[in-house]
Amino acid sequence: MVRYMLSVHSREGEVREPLTEEEMQRSHAQLRDIEREMAAEGAWVFSARLHEADTATVVRVSGDEILTTDGPFAETKDHLGGFYLIEAADLDAALGWAAKVTAAIKVPIEVRPLAGFADEPHA
Amino acid sequence: MNHTPDGVVDAPLIGRIFREESGRSVAALIAFCGDIDVAEDAVQEAFAIALRRWPDAGVPPNPGGWITTTARKRAIDRLRREARGRDLLGEVAALAERDGAEGRGTVPDDRLRLIFTCCHPALSAEARVALTLRLLGGLSTTEVARAFLVAEPTMAQRLVRAKRKIKAARIPYRVPEDGELPDRLRSVLAVIYLVYNAGVHNAGLAGPGLCAEAIRLARILSGLMPDEPEVAGLLALVLLIESRRASRTRPDGSLAVLGEQDRSRWDRALIEEGQAIVRGCLRRNRPGPYQIQAAINAVHADAATAEQTDWPQILALYDQLLAMAPTPVVALNLAVAVGEVHGPAPALALVDELDLGHYYAFHATRADLLRRLGRDSEAAVAYERAATMAPTDAERDFLRLGGRGRR
Repeated sequence: MVRYMLSVHSREGEVREPLTEEEMQRSHAQLRDIEREMAAEGAWVFSARLHEADTATVVRVSGDEILTTDGPFAETKDHLGGFYLIEAADLDAALGWAAKVTAAIKVPIEVRPLAGFADEPHA
Repeated sequence: MNHTPDGVVDAPLIGRIFREESGRSVAALIAFCGDIDVAEDAVQEAFAIALRRWPDAGVPPNPGGWITTTARKRAIDRLRREARGRDLLGEVAALAERDGAEGRGTVPDDRLRLIFTCCHPALSAEARVALTLRLLGGLSTTEVARAFLVAEPTMAQRLVRAKRKIKAARIPYRVPEDGELPDRLRSVLAVIYLVYNAGVHNAGLAGPGLCAEAIRLARILSGLMPDEPEVAGLLALVLLIESRRASRTRPDGSLAVLGEQDRSRWDRALIEEGQAIVRGCLRRNRPGPYQIQAAINAVHADAATAEQTDWPQILALYDQLLAMAPTPVVALNLAVAVGEVHGPAPALALVDELDLGHYYAFHATRADLLRRLGRDSEAAVAYERAATMAPTDAERDFLRLGGRGRR
Protein backbone atom coordinates (compact mmCIF):
# COMPACT_ATOMS: atom_id res chain seq x y z
CA MET A 1 0.00 0.00 0.00
CA VAL A 2 1.07 3.56 -0.69
CA ARG A 3 -0.03 6.63 1.23
CA TYR A 4 -1.26 9.58 -0.77
CA MET A 5 -2.22 13.09 0.17
CA LEU A 6 -5.25 14.39 -1.66
CA SER A 7 -5.02 18.12 -1.22
CA VAL A 8 -7.69 20.65 -1.97
CA HIS A 9 -6.39 24.07 -2.95
CA SER A 10 -8.53 27.13 -2.64
CA ARG A 11 -7.83 30.20 -4.68
CA GLU A 12 -7.93 33.48 -2.83
CA GLY A 13 -10.41 35.98 -4.21
CA GLU A 14 -11.63 33.58 -6.88
CA VAL A 15 -15.15 34.41 -7.84
CA ARG A 16 -17.17 31.28 -7.85
CA GLU A 17 -20.88 30.87 -8.20
CA PRO A 18 -21.96 30.72 -4.53
CA LEU A 19 -23.61 27.43 -3.63
CA THR A 20 -27.23 27.49 -2.67
CA GLU A 21 -28.13 26.13 0.75
CA GLU A 22 -29.47 23.00 -0.92
CA GLU A 23 -26.31 22.45 -3.00
CA MET A 24 -24.15 22.93 0.09
CA GLN A 25 -26.19 20.33 1.98
CA ARG A 26 -25.92 17.90 -0.90
CA SER A 27 -22.16 18.42 -1.21
CA HIS A 28 -21.65 17.83 2.53
CA ALA A 29 -23.80 14.73 2.45
CA GLN A 30 -21.78 13.41 -0.51
CA LEU A 31 -18.51 14.05 1.32
CA ARG A 32 -19.81 12.26 4.42
CA ASP A 33 -20.72 9.26 2.27
CA ILE A 34 -17.32 9.24 0.57
CA GLU A 35 -15.53 9.41 3.92
CA ARG A 36 -17.61 6.54 5.26
CA GLU A 37 -16.80 4.53 2.15
CA MET A 38 -13.08 5.34 2.55
CA ALA A 39 -13.18 4.19 6.16
CA ALA A 40 -15.08 1.02 5.30
CA GLU A 41 -12.51 0.09 2.65
CA GLY A 42 -9.55 0.86 4.88
CA ALA A 43 -8.39 3.75 2.71
CA TRP A 44 -9.02 6.61 5.16
CA VAL A 45 -6.08 7.59 7.37
CA PHE A 46 -6.81 11.19 8.28
CA SER A 47 -8.56 14.20 6.85
CA ALA A 48 -8.95 17.84 7.79
CA ARG A 49 -10.35 21.08 6.57
CA LEU A 50 -8.30 24.20 7.30
CA HIS A 51 -9.40 27.70 8.27
CA GLU A 52 -8.74 30.51 5.78
CA ALA A 53 -5.10 31.21 4.95
CA ASP A 54 -5.23 34.58 6.73
CA THR A 55 -5.45 32.72 10.04
CA ALA A 56 -1.94 31.31 9.46
CA THR A 57 1.23 32.26 11.34
CA VAL A 58 4.76 31.52 10.17
CA VAL A 59 7.61 30.79 12.56
CA ARG A 60 11.15 30.90 11.20
CA VAL A 61 14.70 31.14 12.37
CA SER A 62 16.81 34.14 11.40
CA GLY A 63 20.36 33.99 12.74
CA ASP A 64 19.88 33.16 16.43
CA GLU A 65 16.48 34.69 16.55
CA ILE A 66 13.09 33.09 16.15
CA LEU A 67 10.79 35.26 14.08
CA THR A 68 7.06 34.96 14.19
CA THR A 69 5.07 36.65 11.47
CA ASP A 70 1.45 36.93 10.55
CA GLY A 71 0.17 35.39 7.35
CA PRO A 72 0.69 32.31 5.17
CA PHE A 73 4.15 31.01 4.21
CA ALA A 74 3.93 31.43 0.48
CA GLU A 75 2.90 34.64 -1.21
CA THR A 76 0.54 33.01 -3.59
CA LYS A 77 -3.12 33.06 -4.37
CA ASP A 78 -3.38 29.29 -4.00
CA HIS A 79 -3.68 27.95 -0.48
CA LEU A 80 -4.16 24.53 0.99
CA GLY A 81 -7.77 24.41 2.08
CA GLY A 82 -7.91 20.86 3.36
CA PHE A 83 -6.60 17.38 2.71
CA TYR A 84 -7.14 13.67 2.96
CA LEU A 85 -4.46 11.17 3.82
CA ILE A 86 -5.38 7.87 2.29
CA GLU A 87 -3.87 4.47 1.70
CA ALA A 88 -4.29 2.88 -1.68
CA ALA A 89 -2.86 -0.02 -3.66
CA ASP A 90 -1.73 2.19 -6.53
CA LEU A 91 -2.19 5.56 -8.23
CA ASP A 92 -5.35 4.49 -10.07
CA ALA A 93 -7.04 3.62 -6.77
CA ALA A 94 -5.98 6.99 -5.30
CA LEU A 95 -7.23 8.80 -8.42
CA GLY A 96 -10.55 6.99 -8.00
CA TRP A 97 -11.00 8.52 -4.53
CA ALA A 98 -9.88 11.94 -5.78
CA ALA A 99 -12.45 11.74 -8.58
CA LYS A 100 -15.23 11.12 -6.04
CA VAL A 101 -14.15 14.01 -3.83
CA THR A 102 -13.78 16.49 -6.68
CA ALA A 103 -17.18 15.49 -8.07
CA ALA A 104 -18.69 16.34 -4.68
CA ILE A 105 -16.95 19.68 -4.06
CA LYS A 106 -16.15 20.80 -7.65
CA VAL A 107 -12.61 21.87 -6.70
CA PRO A 108 -9.46 20.37 -8.26
CA ILE A 109 -7.53 17.89 -6.12
CA GLU A 110 -3.78 17.28 -6.17
CA VAL A 111 -2.81 13.65 -5.60
CA ARG A 112 0.71 13.11 -4.32
CA PRO A 113 2.46 10.09 -2.86
CA LEU A 114 3.96 10.38 0.63
CA ALA A 115 7.67 9.67 0.84
CA GLY A 116 9.68 7.72 3.38
CA PHE A 117 7.31 5.03 4.59
CA ALA A 118 8.60 1.57 5.27
CA ASP A 119 6.19 0.07 2.79
CA GLU A 120 7.02 2.56 0.09
CA PRO A 121 7.79 0.83 -3.19
CA HIS A 122 11.59 0.62 -3.19
CA ALA A 123 12.28 4.34 -3.48
CA MET B 1 16.89 -14.26 -40.11
CA ASN B 2 19.32 -14.54 -37.24
CA HIS B 3 22.41 -14.58 -39.40
CA THR B 4 23.68 -12.33 -42.10
CA PRO B 5 24.01 -14.12 -45.46
CA ASP B 6 27.70 -14.93 -44.92
CA GLY B 7 27.05 -16.14 -41.37
CA VAL B 8 28.83 -13.25 -39.67
CA VAL B 9 27.47 -12.33 -36.25
CA ASP B 10 28.45 -8.71 -35.83
CA ALA B 11 27.43 -5.66 -33.83
CA PRO B 12 24.89 -4.36 -36.41
CA LEU B 13 23.12 -7.73 -36.43
CA ILE B 14 22.98 -7.78 -32.64
CA GLY B 15 21.78 -4.16 -32.78
CA ARG B 16 18.91 -5.23 -35.00
CA ILE B 17 18.00 -8.10 -32.70
CA PHE B 18 18.10 -5.60 -29.84
CA ARG B 19 15.50 -3.43 -31.61
CA GLU B 20 13.26 -6.38 -32.34
CA GLU B 21 13.48 -8.06 -28.96
CA SER B 22 14.29 -5.54 -26.26
CA GLY B 23 10.71 -4.24 -25.84
CA ARG B 24 9.48 -7.76 -25.16
CA SER B 25 12.37 -8.45 -22.77
CA VAL B 26 12.03 -5.17 -20.86
CA ALA B 27 8.28 -5.73 -20.48
CA ALA B 28 8.86 -9.29 -19.27
CA LEU B 29 11.50 -8.11 -16.78
CA ILE B 30 9.25 -5.34 -15.42
CA ALA B 31 6.49 -7.92 -15.01
CA PHE B 32 9.04 -10.09 -13.22
CA CYS B 33 10.58 -7.58 -10.81
CA GLY B 34 8.26 -4.56 -10.90
CA ASP B 35 11.11 -2.09 -11.29
CA ILE B 36 11.70 -0.30 -14.59
CA ASP B 37 15.32 0.67 -13.90
CA VAL B 38 16.33 -2.81 -12.76
CA ALA B 39 14.57 -4.24 -15.83
CA GLU B 40 16.26 -1.85 -18.27
CA ASP B 41 19.71 -2.37 -16.77
CA ALA B 42 19.32 -6.14 -16.79
CA VAL B 43 18.28 -6.20 -20.46
CA GLN B 44 21.19 -3.89 -21.36
CA GLU B 45 23.61 -6.19 -19.51
CA ALA B 46 22.17 -9.23 -21.27
CA PHE B 47 22.82 -7.59 -24.65
CA ALA B 48 26.34 -6.64 -23.57
CA ILE B 49 26.94 -10.32 -22.79
CA ALA B 50 25.43 -11.26 -26.17
CA LEU B 51 27.78 -8.84 -27.90
CA ARG B 52 30.77 -10.64 -26.33
CA ARG B 53 29.51 -14.18 -26.69
CA TRP B 54 27.51 -14.45 -29.92
CA PRO B 55 30.31 -13.60 -32.38
CA ASP B 56 32.08 -16.83 -31.29
CA ALA B 57 29.21 -19.02 -30.14
CA GLY B 58 26.68 -17.91 -32.78
CA VAL B 59 23.20 -16.50 -32.27
CA PRO B 60 21.00 -18.85 -30.23
CA PRO B 61 17.90 -20.23 -31.97
CA ASN B 62 15.58 -18.00 -29.89
CA PRO B 63 17.60 -14.81 -29.28
CA GLY B 64 14.71 -13.01 -27.55
CA GLY B 65 14.19 -15.87 -25.11
CA TRP B 66 17.95 -16.04 -24.47
CA ILE B 67 18.06 -12.30 -23.71
CA THR B 68 15.06 -12.46 -21.37
CA THR B 69 16.45 -15.48 -19.49
CA THR B 70 19.92 -13.95 -19.20
CA ALA B 71 18.43 -10.61 -18.10
CA ARG B 72 16.33 -12.35 -15.46
CA LYS B 73 19.47 -14.00 -14.01
CA ARG B 74 21.28 -10.65 -13.96
CA ALA B 75 18.32 -8.99 -12.25
CA ILE B 76 18.22 -11.69 -9.56
CA ASP B 77 22.00 -11.31 -9.00
CA ARG B 78 21.61 -7.58 -8.63
CA LEU B 79 18.64 -7.82 -6.29
CA ARG B 80 20.54 -10.31 -4.10
CA ARG B 81 23.43 -7.86 -3.77
CA GLU B 82 21.24 -5.00 -2.62
CA ALA B 83 19.53 -4.74 0.75
CA ARG B 84 16.33 -3.32 -0.67
CA GLY B 85 16.56 -5.80 -3.49
CA ARG B 86 16.35 -8.66 -1.00
CA ASP B 87 12.88 -7.46 0.05
CA LEU B 88 11.97 -7.16 -3.59
CA LEU B 89 13.10 -10.74 -4.21
CA GLY B 90 10.51 -11.98 -1.75
CA GLU B 91 7.85 -10.16 -3.71
CA VAL B 92 9.23 -11.51 -6.97
CA ALA B 93 8.97 -15.05 -5.66
CA ALA B 94 5.40 -14.38 -4.51
CA LEU B 95 4.54 -12.85 -7.89
CA ALA B 96 6.05 -15.77 -9.79
CA GLU B 97 4.00 -18.18 -7.68
CA ARG B 98 0.79 -16.23 -8.19
CA ASP B 99 1.35 -15.92 -11.94
CA GLY B 100 2.09 -19.61 -12.11
CA ALA B 101 -1.19 -20.40 -10.39
CA GLU B 102 -3.47 -17.94 -12.18
CA GLY B 103 -1.68 -17.33 -15.44
CA ARG B 104 -1.63 -13.77 -16.66
CA GLY B 105 -5.38 -13.26 -16.42
CA THR B 106 -7.01 -11.45 -19.30
CA VAL B 107 -3.79 -9.73 -20.36
CA PRO B 108 -2.12 -11.66 -23.13
CA ASP B 109 1.05 -9.65 -23.37
CA ASP B 110 3.42 -7.94 -20.94
CA ARG B 111 4.10 -5.31 -23.59
CA LEU B 112 0.43 -4.35 -23.66
CA ARG B 113 0.47 -3.76 -19.90
CA LEU B 114 3.66 -1.77 -20.33
CA ILE B 115 2.18 0.42 -23.06
CA PHE B 116 -0.86 1.23 -20.89
CA THR B 117 1.59 2.10 -18.08
CA CYS B 118 3.67 4.32 -20.38
CA CYS B 119 0.48 5.98 -21.68
CA HIS B 120 -1.08 6.61 -18.27
CA PRO B 121 -2.90 9.98 -18.20
CA ALA B 122 -0.95 10.94 -15.05
CA LEU B 123 2.13 11.32 -17.29
CA SER B 124 2.62 14.24 -19.64
CA ALA B 125 1.86 13.67 -23.31
CA GLU B 126 5.56 14.02 -24.24
CA ALA B 127 6.63 11.62 -21.52
CA ARG B 128 4.14 9.01 -22.78
CA VAL B 129 5.61 8.91 -26.28
CA ALA B 130 9.21 9.13 -25.08
CA LEU B 131 8.78 6.29 -22.59
CA THR B 132 7.00 4.10 -25.12
CA LEU B 133 9.83 4.58 -27.61
CA ARG B 134 12.46 3.97 -24.95
CA LEU B 135 10.94 0.95 -23.21
CA LEU B 136 8.97 -0.72 -26.02
CA GLY B 137 10.82 0.47 -29.11
CA GLY B 138 14.28 -0.06 -27.66
CA LEU B 139 15.47 3.40 -28.70
CA SER B 140 18.38 4.94 -26.83
CA THR B 141 17.86 8.24 -25.06
CA THR B 142 19.91 9.88 -27.84
CA GLU B 143 17.60 8.47 -30.51
CA VAL B 144 14.45 9.47 -28.65
CA ALA B 145 15.86 12.99 -28.24
CA ARG B 146 16.63 13.13 -31.96
CA ALA B 147 13.12 11.91 -32.88
CA PHE B 148 11.66 14.83 -30.91
CA LEU B 149 14.26 17.46 -31.79
CA VAL B 150 15.19 18.18 -28.18
CA ALA B 151 18.59 18.18 -26.50
CA GLU B 152 19.69 14.85 -25.08
CA PRO B 153 19.96 16.06 -21.44
CA THR B 154 16.41 17.43 -21.71
CA MET B 155 15.13 14.07 -22.91
CA ALA B 156 17.17 12.17 -20.32
CA GLN B 157 15.64 14.32 -17.59
CA ARG B 158 12.14 13.82 -18.98
CA LEU B 159 12.60 10.04 -18.98
CA VAL B 160 14.08 9.95 -15.48
CA ARG B 161 11.23 12.08 -14.18
CA ALA B 162 8.58 9.89 -15.81
CA LYS B 163 10.14 6.70 -14.44
CA ARG B 164 10.42 8.25 -10.98
CA LYS B 165 6.75 9.17 -11.08
CA ILE B 166 5.73 5.66 -12.13
CA LYS B 167 7.66 4.27 -9.18
CA ALA B 168 6.94 6.83 -6.44
CA ALA B 169 3.29 7.45 -7.25
CA ARG B 170 2.94 3.75 -8.11
CA ILE B 171 1.36 4.00 -11.51
CA PRO B 172 0.07 0.46 -11.92
CA TYR B 173 1.46 -1.95 -14.47
CA ARG B 174 -1.84 -3.14 -15.90
CA VAL B 175 -4.45 -2.72 -18.61
CA PRO B 176 -7.25 -0.49 -17.27
CA GLU B 177 -10.68 -1.87 -16.50
CA ASP B 178 -13.62 -1.42 -18.87
CA GLY B 179 -14.91 1.76 -17.22
CA GLU B 180 -11.60 3.57 -17.57
CA LEU B 181 -10.80 2.19 -20.97
CA PRO B 182 -12.15 4.78 -23.44
CA ASP B 183 -10.06 7.57 -21.91
CA ARG B 184 -6.90 5.54 -21.57
CA LEU B 185 -7.34 3.93 -24.96
CA ARG B 186 -7.37 7.28 -26.76
CA SER B 187 -3.96 8.06 -25.29
CA VAL B 188 -2.60 4.63 -26.25
CA LEU B 189 -3.85 4.94 -29.84
CA ALA B 190 -2.28 8.39 -30.16
CA VAL B 191 1.06 7.10 -28.91
CA ILE B 192 1.05 4.07 -31.22
CA TYR B 193 0.31 6.37 -34.17
CA LEU B 194 3.08 8.76 -33.10
CA VAL B 195 5.51 5.84 -32.83
CA TYR B 196 4.50 4.77 -36.34
CA ASN B 197 5.06 8.29 -37.65
CA ALA B 198 8.38 8.59 -35.87
CA GLY B 199 9.35 5.46 -37.82
CA VAL B 200 8.22 6.93 -41.14
CA HIS B 201 10.31 10.06 -40.56
CA ASN B 202 13.34 8.23 -39.18
CA ALA B 203 15.60 7.43 -42.11
CA GLY B 204 18.05 5.51 -39.91
CA LEU B 205 18.08 1.94 -38.67
CA ALA B 206 15.31 2.63 -36.15
CA GLY B 207 12.72 3.66 -38.78
CA PRO B 208 11.42 0.31 -40.08
CA GLY B 209 11.71 -1.15 -36.56
CA LEU B 210 9.49 1.57 -35.12
CA CYS B 211 6.88 1.11 -37.86
CA ALA B 212 6.90 -2.64 -37.30
CA GLU B 213 6.65 -2.14 -33.53
CA ALA B 214 3.69 0.24 -33.93
CA ILE B 215 1.90 -2.21 -36.25
CA ARG B 216 2.59 -5.07 -33.86
CA LEU B 217 1.20 -3.10 -30.93
CA ALA B 218 -1.88 -2.13 -32.98
CA ARG B 219 -2.42 -5.82 -33.82
CA ILE B 220 -2.10 -6.91 -30.19
CA LEU B 221 -4.51 -4.16 -29.17
CA SER B 222 -7.09 -5.06 -31.82
CA GLY B 223 -6.87 -8.71 -30.82
CA LEU B 224 -7.53 -7.74 -27.20
CA MET B 225 -10.28 -5.24 -27.98
CA PRO B 226 -12.17 -6.54 -31.02
CA ASP B 227 -15.21 -4.39 -30.13
CA GLU B 228 -13.36 -1.06 -30.23
CA PRO B 229 -13.77 0.25 -33.79
CA GLU B 230 -11.10 2.93 -33.38
CA VAL B 231 -8.51 0.25 -32.54
CA ALA B 232 -9.45 -1.48 -35.79
CA GLY B 233 -9.32 1.91 -37.52
CA LEU B 234 -5.80 2.60 -36.30
CA LEU B 235 -4.61 -0.86 -37.36
CA ALA B 236 -6.12 -0.42 -40.84
CA LEU B 237 -4.59 3.06 -41.09
CA VAL B 238 -1.04 1.97 -40.30
CA LEU B 239 -1.32 -1.13 -42.53
CA LEU B 240 -2.46 0.99 -45.49
CA ILE B 241 0.28 3.59 -44.99
CA GLU B 242 2.82 0.79 -44.55
CA SER B 243 1.69 -0.81 -47.85
CA ARG B 244 3.28 2.15 -49.68
CA ARG B 245 6.61 2.08 -47.82
CA ALA B 246 8.69 0.56 -50.63
CA SER B 247 7.33 2.98 -53.23
CA ARG B 248 7.94 6.12 -51.18
CA THR B 249 11.58 6.17 -52.19
CA ARG B 250 12.96 5.85 -55.72
CA PRO B 251 15.96 3.62 -56.41
CA ASP B 252 18.24 6.67 -56.03
CA GLY B 253 16.83 7.29 -52.53
CA SER B 254 14.80 10.36 -53.46
CA LEU B 255 11.22 10.84 -52.32
CA ALA B 256 8.18 9.89 -54.41
CA VAL B 257 4.90 11.48 -53.31
CA LEU B 258 1.63 9.57 -53.50
CA GLY B 259 0.68 10.77 -56.99
CA GLU B 260 4.04 9.76 -58.45
CA GLN B 261 4.54 6.39 -56.79
CA ASP B 262 5.04 3.17 -58.71
CA ARG B 263 1.80 1.48 -57.66
CA SER B 264 3.04 -1.96 -58.69
CA ARG B 265 5.33 -1.76 -55.66
CA TRP B 266 2.48 -1.27 -53.21
CA ASP B 267 2.12 -4.26 -50.87
CA ARG B 268 -1.15 -5.91 -51.97
CA ALA B 269 -1.38 -8.16 -48.92
CA LEU B 270 -1.25 -5.20 -46.54
CA ILE B 271 -3.77 -3.29 -48.69
CA GLU B 272 -6.19 -6.20 -48.71
CA GLU B 273 -5.90 -6.64 -44.96
CA GLY B 274 -6.35 -2.90 -44.35
CA GLN B 275 -9.32 -2.61 -46.71
CA ALA B 276 -11.05 -5.62 -45.18
CA ILE B 277 -10.77 -3.96 -41.76
CA VAL B 278 -12.14 -0.69 -43.17
CA ARG B 279 -15.15 -2.57 -44.64
CA GLY B 280 -15.75 -4.11 -41.21
CA CYS B 281 -15.70 -0.63 -39.67
CA LEU B 282 -18.20 0.66 -42.25
CA ARG B 283 -20.59 -2.19 -41.40
CA ARG B 284 -20.36 -1.31 -37.71
CA ASN B 285 -21.05 2.35 -38.50
CA ARG B 286 -19.44 3.85 -35.39
CA PRO B 287 -17.01 6.18 -37.19
CA GLY B 288 -14.08 7.86 -35.48
CA PRO B 289 -11.02 9.81 -36.65
CA TYR B 290 -8.75 6.76 -37.15
CA GLN B 291 -11.40 4.86 -39.08
CA ILE B 292 -12.02 7.83 -41.38
CA GLN B 293 -8.30 8.32 -42.03
CA ALA B 294 -8.07 4.60 -42.79
CA ALA B 295 -11.01 4.94 -45.20
CA ILE B 296 -9.23 7.82 -46.98
CA ASN B 297 -6.15 5.66 -47.40
CA ALA B 298 -8.33 2.78 -48.60
CA VAL B 299 -9.73 5.04 -51.36
CA HIS B 300 -6.17 5.89 -52.46
CA ALA B 301 -5.31 2.19 -52.46
CA ASP B 302 -8.31 1.47 -54.73
CA ALA B 303 -7.01 3.66 -57.57
CA ALA B 304 -4.95 1.79 -60.17
CA THR B 305 -3.43 5.11 -61.30
CA ALA B 306 -3.18 8.48 -59.55
CA GLU B 307 -5.61 9.93 -62.14
CA GLN B 308 -8.26 7.37 -61.20
CA THR B 309 -8.31 8.50 -57.54
CA ASP B 310 -11.86 9.14 -56.33
CA TRP B 311 -11.16 12.64 -55.00
CA PRO B 312 -14.84 13.58 -54.41
CA GLN B 313 -15.06 10.56 -52.08
CA ILE B 314 -11.87 11.63 -50.29
CA LEU B 315 -13.17 15.20 -49.98
CA ALA B 316 -16.40 13.89 -48.41
CA LEU B 317 -14.37 11.84 -45.92
CA TYR B 318 -12.21 14.84 -45.00
CA ASP B 319 -15.39 16.86 -44.44
CA GLN B 320 -16.55 14.18 -42.02
CA LEU B 321 -13.12 14.05 -40.35
CA LEU B 322 -12.97 17.84 -39.94
CA ALA B 323 -16.40 17.82 -38.26
CA MET B 324 -15.07 15.23 -35.80
CA ALA B 325 -11.51 16.52 -35.35
CA PRO B 326 -11.49 20.22 -36.26
CA THR B 327 -7.71 20.71 -36.31
CA PRO B 328 -5.77 22.93 -38.73
CA VAL B 329 -3.83 19.91 -40.03
CA VAL B 330 -7.08 18.17 -41.02
CA ALA B 331 -8.22 21.45 -42.63
CA LEU B 332 -4.96 21.52 -44.61
CA ASN B 333 -5.57 18.00 -45.92
CA LEU B 334 -9.14 18.92 -46.78
CA ALA B 335 -7.79 21.86 -48.79
CA VAL B 336 -5.57 19.45 -50.78
CA ALA B 337 -8.68 17.42 -51.67
CA VAL B 338 -10.52 20.64 -52.61
CA GLY B 339 -7.57 21.41 -54.90
CA GLU B 340 -8.07 18.09 -56.69
CA VAL B 341 -11.84 18.39 -57.00
CA HIS B 342 -12.39 22.14 -57.52
CA GLY B 343 -8.96 23.39 -58.60
CA PRO B 344 -6.05 25.22 -56.97
CA ALA B 345 -7.64 28.67 -56.50
CA PRO B 346 -10.36 27.77 -53.96
CA ALA B 347 -7.87 25.41 -52.26
CA LEU B 348 -5.30 28.21 -51.85
CA ALA B 349 -7.98 30.46 -50.33
CA LEU B 350 -8.66 27.76 -47.70
CA VAL B 351 -4.95 27.18 -47.03
CA ASP B 352 -4.21 30.88 -46.58
CA GLU B 353 -6.75 31.06 -43.76
CA LEU B 354 -4.84 28.51 -41.69
CA ASP B 355 -2.47 29.43 -38.89
CA LEU B 356 0.13 26.76 -39.67
CA GLY B 357 3.25 28.78 -40.54
CA HIS B 358 5.38 26.53 -38.31
CA TYR B 359 4.45 23.38 -40.24
CA TYR B 360 6.46 22.41 -43.32
CA ALA B 361 3.52 20.67 -45.02
CA PHE B 362 1.60 23.96 -44.94
CA HIS B 363 4.32 25.65 -47.02
CA ALA B 364 4.70 22.60 -49.28
CA THR B 365 0.95 22.57 -49.97
CA ARG B 366 0.91 26.33 -50.66
CA ALA B 367 3.93 25.93 -52.94
CA ASP B 368 2.21 23.23 -54.98
CA LEU B 369 -1.01 25.25 -55.33
CA LEU B 370 0.91 28.43 -56.29
CA ARG B 371 2.88 26.48 -58.91
CA ARG B 372 -0.37 25.13 -60.40
CA LEU B 373 -1.71 28.70 -60.54
CA GLY B 374 1.41 29.78 -62.44
CA ARG B 375 2.60 32.03 -59.60
CA ASP B 376 6.13 30.63 -59.92
CA SER B 377 8.18 33.12 -57.91
CA GLU B 378 5.81 32.88 -54.90
CA ALA B 379 5.89 29.10 -55.29
CA ALA B 380 9.71 29.11 -55.20
CA VAL B 381 9.70 31.09 -51.93
CA ALA B 382 7.18 28.67 -50.38
CA TYR B 383 9.18 25.60 -51.54
CA GLU B 384 12.33 27.02 -49.99
CA ARG B 385 10.56 27.77 -46.70
CA ALA B 386 9.09 24.23 -46.65
CA ALA B 387 12.53 22.75 -47.44
CA THR B 388 14.25 24.45 -44.51
CA MET B 389 11.60 22.99 -42.17
CA ALA B 390 11.37 19.47 -43.67
CA PRO B 391 11.90 16.62 -41.19
CA THR B 392 14.05 14.39 -43.43
CA ASP B 393 16.79 14.89 -46.03
CA ALA B 394 14.71 13.14 -48.70
CA GLU B 395 11.82 15.54 -48.18
CA ARG B 396 14.19 18.51 -48.14
CA ASP B 397 15.73 17.48 -51.47
CA PHE B 398 12.29 16.86 -52.94
CA LEU B 399 11.09 20.34 -51.97
CA ARG B 400 14.31 22.03 -53.15
CA LEU B 401 13.64 20.47 -56.56
CA GLY B 402 10.25 22.21 -56.70
CA GLY B 403 8.21 19.23 -55.54
CA ARG B 404 8.74 17.20 -58.68
CA GLY B 405 11.24 14.67 -57.47
CA ARG B 406 14.39 13.62 -59.29
CA ARG B 407 13.84 11.89 -62.62
